[in-house]
Amino acid sequence: MAKRIFSLMIKEFLAILLDKKSRVVVFVPPIIQVLVFGYAATFDLKNITYAIYNEDSSALSRELEAGFKGSTHFQEVARIRRHDQIAPMIDRRDALLVLHIGPEFSRDLTTGRPAVVQVIVDGRNSNTALLALNYVKTVITAFNNDFAARNGRAGPPARLETRAWFNPNLESRWFIVPGIVGLLLLVVTILVTALSVAREREQGTFDQLLVTPFRPVEILIGKALPGFIIGIAEATVIILITVFWFRVPLQGSVATLYAGVVLFLFSSVGVGLMISSLSVTQQQGLLGAFLFVVPAIILSGFTTPIANMPHLIRQITYLNPMRYFMIIIRGIFLEGTPFSMLLGQFWPLAAIGLFNMVLAGWMFRRRLY
Amino acid sequence: MRLRGLIRKEFLQVLRDPSSIAIAFLMPVLLLLLFGYGVSLDAEHVPVALVAEQPNADTESFAGAFRQSRYLSPVGMPGMREAVAAMNNRRVDAIIRLKEDFSRRMRSPDGAAIQVIVNGIDANNARLVQGYVEGVWSKWLQSEALAGGRPLDIPVQVEERVWFNSELKSRNFIVPGLIAIIMTLIGALLTAMVMAREWERGTMEALMVTPVTIREVIVGKLIPYYILGMGGMALSVVMAVGLFGVPLKGSLWVLFLASSLFLLTALGMGMLISVVARNQFVAGQAAIIVTFLPAFILSGFLFDISSMPAPVQVITHAVAARYFIAILQTLFLAGDVWPVILPNAAALILMAGFFLGLARKKSRKSLD
Repeated sequence: MAKRIFSLMIKEFLAILLDKKSRVVVFVPPIIQVLVFGYAATFDLKNITYAIYNEDSSALSRELEAGFKGSTHFQEVARIRRHDQIAPMIDRRDALLVLHIGPEFSRDLTTGRPAVVQVIVDGRNSNTALLALNYVKTVITAFNNDFAARNGRAGPPARLETRAWFNPNLESRWFIVPGIVGLLLLVVTILVTALSVAREREQGTFDQLLVTPFRPVEILIGKALPGFIIGIAEATVIILITVFWFRVPLQGSVATLYAGVVLFLFSSVGVGLMISSLSVTQQQGLLGAFLFVVPAIILSGFTTPIANMPHLIRQITYLNPMRYFMIIIRGIFLEGTPFSMLLGQFWPLAAIGLFNMVLAGWMFRRRLY
Repeated sequence: MRLRGLIRKEFLQVLRDPSSIAIAFLMPVLLLLLFGYGVSLDAEHVPVALVAEQPNADTESFAGAFRQSRYLSPVGMPGMREAVAAMNNRRVDAIIRLKEDFSRRMRSPDGAAIQVIVNGIDANNARLVQGYVEGVWSKWLQSEALAGGRPLDIPVQVEERVWFNSELKSRNFIVPGLIAIIMTLIGALLTAMVMAREWERGTMEALMVTPVTIREVIVGKLIPYYILGMGGMALSVVMAVGLFGVPLKGSLWVLFLASSLFLLTALGMGMLISVVARNQFVAGQAAIIVTFLPAFILSGFLFDISSMPAPVQVITHAVAARYFIAILQTLFLAGDVWPVILPNAAALILMAGFFLGLARKKSRKSLD
């Protein structure tokens, strides 16, 4: 039996790898993509472009300006002289925000009245706008503390001292790059497996395979193994890049990580084969693969938290293998979560894989078109 | 005349094979429903642990401020040990600790320190939570000052004005971006898969030995799929405005023209993929890799392009969705801002010309 499965597996490998273009699209893009996306996928704001409209040219307002000039997060792009220059600045996206210091600024400040700085921010991307406003407040709070201390004014009765655990500098790359491992593995394994049965159905060779002494289980294993092996190989390369190139700390054990990778590949190969066993043509297989991969990525917590989703959609995500893998890989990388605490994520992956594999094997014989 | 025949043939093919219609109409509805509701960066009722080591009137008033927040929902915890356990189990996203000398320190000249610990794993979420905590804190300071009858002494106050999206609803920028991603998928899938199949089956070459020119073949394919794609686009816009309540400030004709340009680019990209790939496996793989994933990550849909490193920013210029998303976000939320629309539209024209031209060149060469 093992020998028969082995020969079937070799045949499957040849079907994928014999064509030079197929070889290229399976191996090259994931590696390029992990590098490019690893740098691109960040929520951290580096250059908040701003314009200054300072109607109060005093030492105090210049001191406030200096706080922004000195910050690495901000980049001054223009100085504004008239009120009607504000709107075009924001409309054209020349600046993300405009700081407007009114003419009464220093007078208010020295007479003890609250001085107001108006911040006009482009809300077209609300996340960026919100983060930029938080950075503005940080600079202004620093100015306030400094000013209060120098002038003997009482500070607020309580102040916040914030620390972040697991990721002290709040680098979103640490969160996103391990996610990319899951993203690329899913895309590659689903595409490799989703077409494997459909291709043979379209070419008519699947019927021939069915009348050979192969049992459906053997066909299933023979079809599953290539996707699985390619997945393990790519996972290894991508994880090495994550650790040694992007320097994301790997806190947990490599063995637990691979347990997660193996189970995730098992479930996604299962889904791929299920899609394939349902399709009569390669086009249907591809369409099925797309219709699974795209929602699986977007609704996995890869970029936007599952906690923000409405109840119904949150329930749907329990069917998504990516969801579990995101928790597994981030937990192992950033928190060093041990094997035992991840069991709650491991068993759904195994269940999804098993269910789909069984269904696919059953469909092999049932679906005669 | 020949062109009309080709278009008719293509339409018949579309009608007989429902998968193209499913791609053009079912996919936008399904994906927009799922993602429009599912993709949100607005956290509400984030659970935070509140540890008051010595509960009294001051800590109670501080806790009261948290209970009023729409964004945070405080969970009282007796001590740090419980709070840390809750944080490790993901039951809370942050811990706020008021030490036992909180009340006494509040009345000292230095003021009290409130310890805030956020779970930094999801850095973006952590920053948002941090912002929400600061919001609650400053509101509490104000109400404390009012209750005590003394003015709150804050030297400089920030007055925020958020333009175009005053409630800072992330859906308002995510839905236009989703439309661009969905259109990328539709455009590329329609042509990449449908044409790769013709190449694989040899019917494309059969078509090429007839007197029709390559230009006619390409235009004959473009027109039906353009019409299908625009149908999907119209459906998406209706859903964005009607269902998700995204304002449409710009004018419809600009939206129509910009969408046409983008769809031509996406179809051109799909054609080029199918001409180069010649088989459905490679075409499908390539369609996901060069269209969907870059449109998702390199387009400014979620991730701010200006925060990317310079070499990656250069790469984003090759992603057509980038230009379309800039136009869509501006058209939906800000209006017809020509300085944003025109350069991006020009980029789309260039890209459409490039892809269609290259697809044509490659198809000709292949017959030699």
